[in-house]
Amino acid sequence: MFFGIEWDTSSQWAFAVSIFPILLHGLVITLEATVVGFFIALALGLVLAALKSAPTRFIRWPAKLLTEFIRDTPLLIQLFFLFYVLPEFGLTLPAFLTGALALGVQYSAYTSEVYRGGLEAVASGQREAARALNLAPARTFTHIILPQAIPRIIPALGNYLVSIMKDVPVLGVVTVLEMLGVARIIGDRTGGYLIPLTMVGGIYLILTIIASLGVRYLDTHLPKRGLSLK
Amino acid sequence: MEWTSYLAPLAQGAWVTAQLTVYSTILGGLFAFAFGLGKLSHNPLLKGFSVAYIEIFRGTSLLVQLFWIYFALPILGQAIGLDLRFPPVAAGVAALALNIGAYGAEVVRGAVQAVPREQYEAATALNFTGRKRLWRITLPQAIPEMMPTFGNLAVQNLKDTALVSLISLGDMAFRAEQIRNFTQDSVTVYTLVLFMYFGMALVVTACMKLLERYVGRWRAAGR
Repeated sequence: MFFGIEWDTSSQWAFAVSIFPILLHGLVITLEATVVGFFIALALGLVLAALKSAPTRFIRWPAKLLTEFIRDTPLLIQLFFLFYVLPEFGLTLPAFLTGALALGVQYSAYTSEVYRGGLEAVASGQREAARALNLAPARTFTHIILPQAIPRIIPALGNYLVSIMKDVPVLGVVTVLEMLGVARIIGDRTGGYLIPLTMVGGIYLILTIIASLGVRYLDTHLPKRGLSLK
Repeated sequence: MEWTSYLAPLAQGAWVTAQLTVYSTILGGLFAFAFGLGKLSHNPLLKGFSVAYIEIFRGTSLLVQLFWIYFALPILGQAIGLDLRFPPVAAGVAALALNIGAYGAEVVRGAVQAVPREQYEAATALNFTGRKRLWRITLPQAIPEMMPTFGNLAVQNLKDTALVSLISLGDMAFRAEQIRNFTQDSVTVYTLVLFMYFGMALVVTACMKLLERYVGRWRAAGR
């Protein structure tokens, strides 16, 4: 029994059908961790991107080094680091939040590059034209640069959302009961790993296929020449 | 305990991590070429198999694949009368290579498709056989284009090796966890390990850059 739901080991099919709602409980946690981690990554990535385009190199270089460091070290170690180190500084977060924070930190390195790449891809003539028309820098950014950068940024961010979802099982090591962790517990208790693990793989496959179709839809339907922000 | 006393066990773990990275990256590279070219094949069976492989291993989580190979495959083997129990090293290398190979296969496919059509037409006009066209025309032009992404994938693979510690393989992440359990000195251990992974990633990046420069010579002159 798990999450108050009994499993039925009378036959393989009955077993698969009976554990499906249990896995869905885990799936909810997986999706929650994905969304929370994604929003942390969006926010931290923005901070990193801003630091990397700071006017002085004494901020720019450390920010670039930090991005490289985060990107080149494993999520698992970063997760353990946060899990064991934060409490020593008096910050004890629930395992779920620590996990989401680790996902957010790891992916902030990627999202910061997405922002930067998206902004830099706007043709330099656009900036020059805005200057020639005497637009204020703030107005140039919000009305000229951003509307053209966003259609490039959003699909790339969507791809990282899918990557985050595939990394959520790592959070199982700090006792977050996401879908794979739930499947393992079912396997431990019944000795039948094959069916729960295969079902988790199947659910993941369905989710990522749906998500990739969504990203592709965004990619083709966002106006290429810029988005009106009005 | 002094932090220097952690270095010996961590170095042992680093050696395991390095070996896992090298083996699974090479094996993954082979999968990438086999299935990337397979996806472009005109043979529907070969094409279908390659597409299924790429979708399954890109569409599910690496940890799911690792656990499936390590925990579920032996049970499946039992059911069909085969011994599919693998030691953790084999399961780890297989999962890492299959996973990174699927990502690599898409890179190979993209780079091969990016070779200009005229190149194929010229090869056909010169009466090249299919195999000669692949080895002499397509791959020498496509491989240099794959290298930057392959470099990223190799670093990705190094980071992913940390996950094999979860099937109790004695890599760097596993040693770190052991030392932490023993000394409770988490800050030092994990800071040290983060920097060791970073150092290894820099080495992997440098090696891939060297390789990139080497294969860069294959680019057709004058392009």
